[in-house]
Amino acid sequence: MSILQGSDLECVRGDRRLFRDINFSLNAGELLQVHGPNGSGKTSLLRMLCGLATPVHGKICWHGTDIRSLKGDYYGAITYLGHLSGVKDDLTAIENLRISSALSGVEIDAEKAHGALQHMGLGGRELLPAKVLSQGQRRRVALARLLVCGTVLWILDEPLAALDSAAVKLMQSLLEQHLGQGGMVVMTTHQEIDITTGATQRLQLT
Amino acid sequence: MSLWVIQRDLLLAMRRRSDVLTTLFFFIIVVSLFPLGVGPEINMLRTMAPGVVWVAALLASMLSLGRMFSSDYLDGTLEQMLLSPQSLSMLVLGKALAHWLVTGVPLVLMSPVLGIQYDLSADALLVLTASLLLGTPVLSLIGAIGAALTLGLRGGGVLVSLLVLPLYIPVLIFGAGAVEASAAGLGASAHLSLLGAFLLASLVLAPWATAVSLRISME
Repeated sequence: MSILQGSDLECVRGDRRLFRDINFSLNAGELLQVHGPNGSGKTSLLRMLCGLATPVHGKICWHGTDIRSLKGDYYGAITYLGHLSGVKDDLTAIENLRISSALSGVEIDAEKAHGALQHMGLGGRELLPAKVLSQGQRRRVALARLLVCGTVLWILDEPLAALDSAAVKLMQSLLEQHLGQGGMVVMTTHQEIDITTGATQRLQLT
Repeated sequence: MSLWVIQRDLLLAMRRRSDVLTTLFFFIIVVSLFPLGVGPEINMLRTMAPGVVWVAALLASMLSLGRMFSSDYLDGTLEQMLLSPQSLSMLVLGKALAHWLVTGVPLVLMSPVLGIQYDLSADALLVLTASLLLGTPVLSLIGAIGAALTLGLRGGGVLVSLLVLPLYIPVLIFGAGAVEASAAGLGASAHLSLLGAFLLASLVLAPWATAVSLRISME
């Protein structure tokens, strides 16, 4: 049995059906790329996978158990990064990182946060409030959480938006490293990204 | 535990002092305007003092309810809270406590000073402060439910007052009643015990109700 499994998923927004009969299964070390035009329900699918939205039909299982009955145990195993990065304007980069990882159940010390931000190319900017950072730098602050969270499943909604080419390369190696360690990734992206480690599945929404 | 949530909200409040001061100044101004408006009739001022202070505290606390979840909602932190392995009720309790520390406690501290304008006796001032100390956390806790239900709605500010004000009424009656009862020589302990009971009930029920409302609002 696969670790994450979605069966017969259907999503309805208002009176429009976005998708139906979506099936997928994901094992350790696998990447699921969700493709589709704007408005085809990619974000809705990812929100379903996190348990933020409930599918009209079908269910999502984690190790064979419905995620709706797992709740906290499941939330402890995933990291979700949505369109909104959850970076607070009034807090500094390092405070943002420490607070967001405390929220996801991992409390880290200043040194570890410092290291993660440095790795994301934000060295020297840790003490600046997030409101003076550029869009791409704010994205990097949000992505730095992936370095410290230690979760198995990453659910990433357009993680490459606003990133420059150096940061895209960095993300690529980060994803490869995670997959190499037996992690799983579900992501949407409009940019081409070359992941050589692990098996890549494509899910096309119309 | 949700200690770090309280810490974070206090840190954010420190960085945005104007929000905190708005609530406090609103309270001070409303309470100070009444004696100017109704004239220096001492007996009338004494009778109306508890009601005026309590209504002003109620409105001041409601003024800041909209901000309790909206900034977290707009920048995506709320999504992360919903996905946290920690209990959402505990996080919400932390946020409500932080809201009280930032908006409620300053009102409690200011009220004895403002009560002097109404020529309240030392005993009455003490009871007024005690009733606010027990009552204002209830306002934050109940207000959190309303703020969660109206999250992301247009005109949520008006709706939240319609939802929350009826629930505030018992707190208002017993809060203001405590001072009147003590002035009438009946003793305030009955009223204060009831306020304490409201506080305990809302400590248990409000975070849970807020957590459920947040999950509904975020779907």
